[in-house]
Order: sequence, then structure tokens, then C-alpha cells
Amino acid sequence: MRRNDFALRGLRVVTVKELQDFTGSARMVILTALILITAASSLYTATNTMKTVVSEDEFLLLSLFTLSRNPVPSLLSFLSFLVPLTGIAMGFDVVNSEFQNRTLKRVLSQPIHRDVLLFGKAVGALGAMTVVLLALWMLVIGSAMLVLGLPPSTEQVARALAFYGVTLAFGMFWFLVAMFFSVVFRQQATSALVSLGLWLLLTVFWSMIAQVVATAVGGVGSFQAARLEVLLSRISPNTLFAESALALLSPSTRTLGVVMFTQLEGALMGSPLPFGQSLLLIWPQLSALVALLVLLFTASYVVFQRQEL
Amino acid sequence: MATERQSANVVTLRNLSKIYGNNTVAVDSLSLELRKGEVFGILGPNGAGKTTTIRMMLGLTEPTSGSIDILGMDPLRTPLEVKRNVAYMPDDMGFYEDMSGYENLDYTARFLGLGYDERRSRILAAVSRMRLEHRLSDRVRTYSHGMKRRLALAEVLVKRPAIAILDEPTQGLDPHSTAEFLTLIRSLKKEEGMSVILASHHLDEVQSICDRVGLFHAGRMDLSGTVDELATRLFGGKMEVVVEVGETGNRDVAKILGTIGGVSHILQEKEGVYRVTVDSDIRPGIASALVDSDVALYSMDVHRHTLDAVYQAYYKEVHDAA
Repeated sequence: MRRNDFALRGLRVVTVKELQDFTGSARMVILTALILITAASSLYTATNTMKTVVSEDEFLLLSLFTLSRNPVPSLLSFLSFLVPLTGIAMGFDVVNSEFQNRTLKRVLSQPIHRDVLLFGKAVGALGAMTVVLLALWMLVIGSAMLVLGLPPSTEQVARALAFYGVTLAFGMFWFLVAMFFSVVFRQQATSALVSLGLWLLLTVFWSMIAQVVATAVGGVGSFQAARLEVLLSRISPNTLFAESALALLSPSTRTLGVVMFTQLEGALMGSPLPFGQSLLLIWPQLSALVALLVLLFTASYVVFQRQEL
Repeated sequence: MATERQSANVVTLRNLSKIYGNNTVAVDSLSLELRKGEVFGILGPNGAGKTTTIRMMLGLTEPTSGSIDILGMDPLRTPLEVKRNVAYMPDDMGFYEDMSGYENLDYTARFLGLGYDERRSRILAAVSRMRLEHRLSDRVRTYSHGMKRRLALAEVLVKRPAIAILDEPTQGLDPHSTAEFLTLIRSLKKEEGMSVILASHHLDEVQSICDRVGLFHAGRMDLSGTVDELATRLFGGKMEVVVEVGETGNRDVAKILGTIGGVSHILQEKEGVYRVTVDSDIRPGIASALVDSDVALYSMDVHRHTLDAVYQAYYKEVHDAA
């Protein structure tokens, strides 16, 4: 049945309310504090390490994200761990709490379309995550300027901004995973556990599964097995994020996955790629990440629209 | 005449049906009309199709067949306009517990597209009417059940709808609050000309405020009208006279009563006690007929059939037929 009303009426109201809920909730405050504390410790370690390599690295700003010294991991490692958790924490009860608190009927009897509620929640989450990651990004850039006493080059800022975008998409992927489960399962504990289970599977076990399957199919040490392993591991958004981050934050990265000798012919090893070339390198990863976001939101949308109140 | 009556209807449901995916028939060829300024009670056991009907009226679920007309609009084509003019108070009303009463009302009022001043003035007027103004800035989690019900009704008032659908509005309220609620619902009709659909299991409440009622069973509403009309259809008359007589000897009291004009049904409840269904108060006629037949008349008590009696009789009939 075709509807004649403005499709997005009420979106701003839902988005503002969700943004307030996300940014003001205790769990978000705790997670943000955790991210900022870990980021500060990583930055401290990185800046101390950096003092020994100032004259050797022309991408000092970017190395703030990747430098580590035992036992403190790099900021990138912290982010790849905490950003999914933040996304899951924001999304695991975003819809089923409305069912459990019996607020859904009340809200949907107001003049808004049902899908606007879901869309508003996703936009609100995007806003909250944008603010948190932007604060972190500015903390890193600010620290770099403070420590180095030099303004970052345009290319470094562009790469850092692109990394910010990829991190945002990565965080939203996990938010949408959790939101999907919160649409499917009425119990908040179930959606939280399933989301965390999937996160553990893709973060810890997926690389092992990919390796075992690739070896079983292609044989030990074969080229076919290596290619299959890369292919399988790229099903995981963690791999997509890690490869994108590597290409953006380490400009000398010339290729991702299996490297053939023919690819190295004429290459100046260790020389950095221009920003545009790095973006081209990770274009499939970025496309896949965005496609996953669209797919997850669509799945949530379809299930939510078909649910009886 | 038919056209005039139709134009006065604010809700018209025609042959409305809803069949869920598992072939469960929730609503079956339901037709209903709600007139402007009327309070219509919908009654029936759980699972009879009341809530599904309400959801279809709000466009929250799509009917399998049939048509819905709300204030001249189709809730499936113009759901927002319908929802702007219809307020719904669900039986299991939930609020955002971490938000204050004011914030909860303001959140839903924003969907109406009202400016800040208009929202504030409507909210303050509504909570003042519901005597909640002193707790307006407190979080809803600190409210009692009764206060939450009052907040829910305040939300209906903020919307200023043409039609209010109230599902079990007095559920869990103490008698004093219930009486207040019923008074308020009456005033919605009288002062604001609002049409109200009231779903409730409290039959005495429904009878006290509803102009007409409809009895739901298995997704159908085969019986609707005023309580008197329903009583006439079920019992043959809208009143009942309980007659108590003394020793009758060999006189057939039922036969004597049956000769009186206006008597439609006689039931001997026990020895010397008769329940006589009539359409008007014919106690003088009964008295003279009994006295003329030398029957000692002890007492006579007349009362209208209650909705409770109608309800019990209808569902017994339905149950027996099944």
C-alpha cells in the first residue's frame, strides 16, 4: 500500500532523543572514558617512542596511531578492540528495550512512520559515535602538534581523516549488528550475548577457521591456499578494518594480501604511496564495509517492519 | 437520512478482517460505526480481536480485507494524518523511565509538529487537569502505577484528538482514581466533543459512561447497541421486575403474569420468586393482576438489565452454541 505522508516526518525528533540517550547513558560515558584513558596511555607511549625516530619518519603524525612499546599496545590495537565493543554496547538493546519497556506502541501511535524510528536510532548512534571518535581524533592530532611542535602535513591530515572515517564505519558495523539482533531477539541479554559471540568469532577465531579451511581445500603452503585464506579472512569486517588502517596509516604499504614477485618489479621498496593510491588500494575493503552497513540496516529494517507490535 | 448518519460517523469499519500468517483469524468481517461525540465500549474476552481492531484503526497493522474510514481518511494511505487526530492509550502503556514526566510528554508532543510554547502550554494544562504538576519534573521511574495512568491520559489530552482510544484505562487503579478517570472521560465527550472508544473488562464502568457497546467474540462483533437494546435482543425487554408472592395454592402465577400486556419473558427463580422481563415499568398492572387472582404479593422490584447480565447471557449463549 502506497502511503501519501512525508516519509521522514519525525526523524529529527527521534534522532535528537536517541543522540541524547546515547551520549548521556552511563554505559556510553564509561566506554568513552575507557577509550580516552587507553588512548592517552597509548599516545604517551607512542610520543616517548617517537622521540627516538623523529629524524627517520616523514609520517610522524600517523605513527602515533601505530607505535607501541611493550606492554602497551598501539592506539590502533586499542581501537580495533574498543570500537566494536562501543558499537555493541550502543546497539544491543536499542529496539528490544522499546518492546520490553512497552514504549513502542506509545511512540508508534504518534504521527510517525515505523521505519523512521529505526532510521532515527541509527542516525542517532552515528552522531554519538562521530562525536566520540572525533574527540579522540582531535586528541591525537593535538598531542602530535604539542609533542612535535610542527603542524601536520596535508597528506597526513587527509590520511588521519580517512582513518577516522573507516573507524566510524567499523564502529557502525558493530552497532548495526547489535541493532539487528535487538530487532530479532526480544530479550536484551540474548541480543547482547549473540552480538558478543559474533564479535569473538570474527575477532579471535575467524582467522584460524580461514586458515584451516584454506589449507584443507588448497593444501599446505600452496598459492591457492594462501589466496583462499585471504579471501575467507576478508569476510570478517575486522580484516577489512585492519587492512584499511594499515594502508592508510603506513603509506609504504603497497599491496594487501598475497604478494607476487611480478608485483614487486620496479617497486621502490619502502617508499610511500601517494594518498590517492592508498585509497585505491583499499577501495574494495571500503566498498565491502559500506555494503555490509547497508545490508545490515536493510535486514533490520525488513525484520522490524514485519514484526507485529 | 442514511447520508446524514454516515457523515456524523467519525469511524466506519466495513467487513474488516485480519488473518495472521499462521491462518489465525483475529478479526472476521467486522463492521463498526462510531459517531461524533459518542463513547463506544468494546467488550469481550482476551483474544476476541479488540486490540487487533484498534491497531488496524491506527494503521499499526494492515487488514487482510475490508475498509477503514477514520474522519474521512484511510489509515493505510494517510497514517500520519490519522494518528495526528487519534490518540491511543494502550493497556500496557510504557514510558521512558529515565526521563521526567514532562520530557516524556514533550517527546511525543514534538511529533505533532508543535512549537515550544504551544507544547509547553498544552502539557501544563493537561498535567494540571490530571493533578500531576507537582511531579512533572521527576523521573517516571519514581511514579506510582496510578500516576503513570494519569500521565498516559495527560498525553491523550496534550494531543487534543478528535478520537481517543482508551484500552483498559482504569486497570489497576483504586476506586477513587477510577471514579476520577471516568469523570474525566465523560468531560472529554461533553466539553471537547471527543469521540471515545473504550475497551475494558470493568462492565459497570463501561455501562456508566458508554453510549453504546459492542460485544466481541472470535473476531466478530455480532451484538452492538445501547445496553437497553442489547437487553431487549437477549432477554426480550430492557427491564426486569422481580416479583415475590406468598402461598399460591393451585394458582399458576406464571400464567397470570403472562396475561399482562408488555410482559415478554417469565422465569421462576425459586418457589414464590419470579423474574419478569418487560419493556417498561408495569408494576401497577402486575400488582392488580395478582391481587385480582387472590395471590398474596410480598414485594416487587424493578431494575434495568445491567451490562453484566447482558455480557454473561451473550457469552453463555455463544458458549452453548459452540
